[in-house]
Formats: sequence, structure tokens, C-alpha cells
Amino acid sequence: MGQTLFEKIWDKHVVKTIDGGPSVFYIDTHFIHEVTSPQAFAGLNKRGIKVFRPKQVVATADHNVPTLNQHLPIQEELSRLQVEALKKNCAEHGIELYGLGHPFQGIVHVIGPELGITQPGMTIVCGDSHTSTHGAFGNIAFGIGTSEVEMVLTTQCLMQSKPKLMRINIDGKLNKGVVSKDIVLYILSQITASGATGYAVEFAGSAIRSLSMEARMTICNMSIEMGARCGMIAPDETTFHYIKGRKFAPQGAEWDTKLAYWKTLYSDADAAFDKEIHIKAEDIEPMITYGTNPGMGIGVSGHVPALNEIEEKEKPSFEKSLAYMGLKPGANIKGKKVDYVFIGSCTNSRIEDLRMVASFVKGKHKADDVEVWIVPGSKQVEKQAIEEGIDKVFEEAGFMLRQPGCSACLGMNEDKIPAGKYCISTSNRNFEGRQGPNARTFLASPLTAALAAITGEVGDVREFISKSDLVNN
Amino acid sequence: MSKQINIIRSTAVPVNIENVDTDQIIPARFLKATSREGFGKNLFRDWRYENDDETKPKRNFALNNPAYKGSILVAAKNFGCGSSREHAAWAIKDGGFDVVVSSFFADIFKNNAQNNFLLPVTVSEVFLQKLFAAIEQNPATEIEVNLPEQYIRIVSSGEKEGFDINNYKKTCLLNGYDDIDYLLSITEEISEYEKNLF
Repeated sequence: MGQTLFEKIWDKHVVKTIDGGPSVFYIDTHFIHEVTSPQAFAGLNKRGIKVFRPKQVVATADHNVPTLNQHLPIQEELSRLQVEALKKNCAEHGIELYGLGHPFQGIVHVIGPELGITQPGMTIVCGDSHTSTHGAFGNIAFGIGTSEVEMVLTTQCLMQSKPKLMRINIDGKLNKGVVSKDIVLYILSQITASGATGYAVEFAGSAIRSLSMEARMTICNMSIEMGARCGMIAPDETTFHYIKGRKFAPQGAEWDTKLAYWKTLYSDADAAFDKEIHIKAEDIEPMITYGTNPGMGIGVSGHVPALNEIEEKEKPSFEKSLAYMGLKPGANIKGKKVDYVFIGSCTNSRIEDLRMVASFVKGKHKADDVEVWIVPGSKQVEKQAIEEGIDKVFEEAGFMLRQPGCSACLGMNEDKIPAGKYCISTSNRNFEGRQGPNARTFLASPLTAALAAITGEVGDVREFISKSDLVNN
Repeated sequence: MSKQINIIRSTAVPVNIENVDTDQIIPARFLKATSREGFGKNLFRDWRYENDDETKPKRNFALNNPAYKGSILVAAKNFGCGSSREHAAWAIKDGGFDVVVSSFFADIFKNNAQNNFLLPVTVSEVFLQKLFAAIEQNPATEIEVNLPEQYIRIVSSGEKEGFDINNYKKTCLLNGYDDIDYLLSITEEISEYEKNLF
């Protein structure tokens, strides 16, 4: 019997398997950031040991950095200390750091791919659950806790049990105004926020094949929101074309060798999955979440579920969620007023996202009572946006273009949504308090968020775009 | 922090809410520390207090109910989803718990818990509901979690259920070993493996 994409990469990375237990699993590339690494370095220092393979570790500062005035010292003391600790740890252990002020700085899951560090067939970890993003290149990439960060720093290995395997097939042609974020929010609405727990998920099918690399990253990014151990897409010409020529991409003879290997990375026709799901691309409409986990999503033309559509057992959680969001069961979502628009995060802050937003808002102006934050995923994205004149489009629209970082995705740094306010956000989590204590989040695509920025309310982007505006993302 | 788990017999605290994500267990604004200590006081911070004010505890939240105490946290389905922050496991352990029981754990949280000698016990939905019912009816209900024999038991009624854990992890938890000790002991094998990588 054939092998799945996951199994091909897994098998190659098992150093040894303990009888009746987990495997010692080798990690090729380890990304670190300021929030989940200090305690791991403290562990190494306590043992008096150095990082095992410092050249396989890449660091950046993203979660806890301000997104305005990055040239000034960080105002908030604890944040500053954490960023300084990362700098000190990287210097002591010989780790490359793309910190504040560096032209490569940015959100860890944006910079890995754009620098060509992320490649097919690899194993990649980071102390951040959205590490699943990198799986878009056909590798095994997953988030880990700080003890595991310490394990990888000390030995380049983790103890891992092999997960079950799931394939989600999306076939057909996407409707106008439907982009990759809508695909993943749709999958989540179908299988729930725990629908893939215990599984490694491969996304496949003609609709996935038609997507750009950046769009594929958006889907793999949110595979953790289904509980998946990792999300992955088999590499193809789109993947190879994206990687070629990037800063750390293989070159010359090494490129040829790697490319030949990468071309073997797909699930064989007779490979077996523990579970398969089939979705028709035509069934997907622009999506938005109404609740407090990413599985609570609906089409923008739909309504919040009525109480009689919810199972008895689920009612307390459902009602708690709606009370937090200030929404009524059965209510329409279209026309709901928003106060903030956040376009950014490791889900949707890449240049294609910014281009998509800019092409939609060009010549338009934001609604008066809405605040719009655009936060590029990296210094390179920011630079590219300025070179393309996208910054001018945003300025004319009354949007604020900030500097790279995780920003308002996680209510940790200075960028928080005030209590009780509604934010339509291109990020990945609508948990209670995620964007700030008592802030209310609607997750949506960059297009749906851009529309809300202009009209001040949740709307259906299909009513506003002509065929010529179609953006393939 | 207790670095060994064996048999734990205690009353329990019920958090009967599904899909508890790690942002609820410990909100991101408390992740700025560079040590592992002291997260317990902010455990479930925004569910415990009105407007972040410690003088205004939310009465209906179980951790604020003096009737509920003990070192076992009983939680509903899909506990620990979302962010990989190990701070969530640190906060629960530092908050005085040695065991978390649920019908379903998110993967990363489960690993983080085990790496901190916080035992995640997965039970059936039916048994979980029995636990909630018993604890809510009588908060003095004692629960026994027996790691060597891999079962959980409601002491008063004698109802019990077995739970799974792989032998490697069980040995680690029983003896206070951690993965790093083991991995460090095999670095020569790892170096040997690396020779075959390209």
C-alpha cells in the first residue's frame, strides 16, 4: 500500500521509536520568539548546556512588540524585558535573530516562508500554535509548548506519537468574492473547533491546487483551530516557483537535488487515511464568525443559529457565547455595526492580502465611526506595500498602516480592542478576550473586512464586486 | 511543584464549559514573565473577576465557590484548545491542581500538561457527566485518580472507569522523569542519525 504525504516525511524524521511509546522525532528547523522561549533558555542555562544546533534555530520578535514607533525603546517594561531577554539568549547561544529594526523582522510564520527558510519535506516547530502555517509547503509543522522548545534547543528532537491522518478534499470552482479564509472558516463551521483533534490534516482537491502559496498558508494556519496536529498541502509547481530565488532557498546543484526530492512528496493514489472529508467549492460563500470559537461561523447572508437549531447539551456554551458577543439567537449578521477593522496576523497579513484590500478600497474612504488598522506581517511586506503605492491607497482611505507584529490578534501588546467594541478581524481566534478584555471579534476574510471598513457594518462582498475585481487568493 | 504523580484522592472543582481555550485559562496579557512561577493567581482571570477587578469575583464561577476545592479539575469537552502557551499548564499546576479530567483534550495542551506533571485524564462523555453530577450534588465528593492502575473512581459510589496513557509517559510521571533527561541521554544517537540527512 502507498504512503501519505505525512507518512513519507514522518518516517524520514524518526530517530528511534520507544517500545509501546512515542518516537524520538527529529526537527529540521526551529523558529523561536520572545514569549515562549525565555523559560526554555533558563532551563538550558540551569543545566549549563548550550543550544545543540544553533544554525537550525531562527528567532524574531513579534508577539510583544509595538506596531508604532518601533525605532523607539519599547515603552511597556515587561514587554521590553522579554524582547531584551530574547536578544541576550540569541547572542549567548549563537542564534540568528531578526529583531526589531532588522529588515527581516516580522511575524514568525510570515518571515519563514518569505525568506525561503520554510521548504517542503521538512519538520518545523515553534512555540506557537500557528506553526501549522508552514505546512502549506508540504512539510510537518506544528506548535509546541515551552518544555518542548527546551527539548528542541537541547537535542533538536521531540518525543512524538504518530497522529491519525485526515484528508479534506475541496473540489470545484470558488464563487466570486470567496477567498481562502472563507474556505477554512467554512471547513471549521462544518467540522467544529475540535473536528480534527488528534489528526494530521492534508488539504487536497482542485480548489486547493488553484490557490497561491499565500492563500494556502491561510488555510494551513487555521488547521490548529480545528484542533489538528498539523495541516499540510502537497507541494507542486506553485510551491517550487514561490521558493525559487528566495534568500535562503537552495541554489544550483542543491536546488536540483532538493527539487527532485520535493517532487516525491505527495500522497500515493492508494494511500489510506483514517478519515476523509469532501467539500464542494461551490457551496462556500463569504464567511464570518458570530461566536467565541472559530468553529462558530456562518455565511454572511445567513443568520446566527436559532435556539432550536442547537443541541440541548450545547445550549449553555452557545448562550454564554452569544451573551459575550451581544447577539441574539436567529439574528441576521449582515448589517451588524462594527467599531474596529483589523487586517493583519499570521493568517492574513501578507502582500497578497494587502493587495486584495487595496484593490477593493482604492478610491473609497472608510466609514466615519470605524477605526481601521492594517498591520503588515513583516518588514519585507511593509516595504513591498510602500513600493507598490499600497500605503497611499490606505492613507487616502483613512486606514492606519502600522508596523509589523502580531498586533491586535492576541491582546498582549499595546494594540487592543476596547471592551464591548466589535472588531471585524482577519486574524484566527475569536475567543473571549482574545483581542482585549471583553472585546468582540468577528473573524472574516480581508475582503469582507475591507468592505466593513468602508460601510461600517458587516456586508456581503459579492454585492460590491464585479467579475473584473476577482482576486485569486 | 510536585514532580511525581501516583494515586491522588481529592475533592474536585467542576468547570462545566466546553471548548475552554488557553486564552481563558491564562489571558495573553499575563504572558510577559520570563520565569515559570506565579501564573496560578491569574488562572481563569477573566472568568473569575468582573472587569479585571480582584475585589469583584464573579459569584457563579466554580473557582470562586468556596464549596469547591481540591487538586482535581473536572472540565468539559475540548479542554485546552487554541494557543500552545505552556503558561496554561503552569497556571493550573500553580493554581493547586495535579489532575485535569475531561472527555477530550487539545493535543498541545495535553503534552504541555504531562511535561509539567499535571496529569490529563480522558474519560468517556458518560462518565464525565456522572462526575459533574456527583460533584455538583455534593461538593465533598471525593475522586480517586490511580495512575499505576490507570483508573478514575468516584469514591462514594464506587463507579470507576479506566483511562489510557502510554507506558513511556506513565513511567515519566510516576518517577518524576522528564523528556529532556531522556533526550540528553541519547544525543550520540541523534548525531549519528543526522549524518544521513541532506
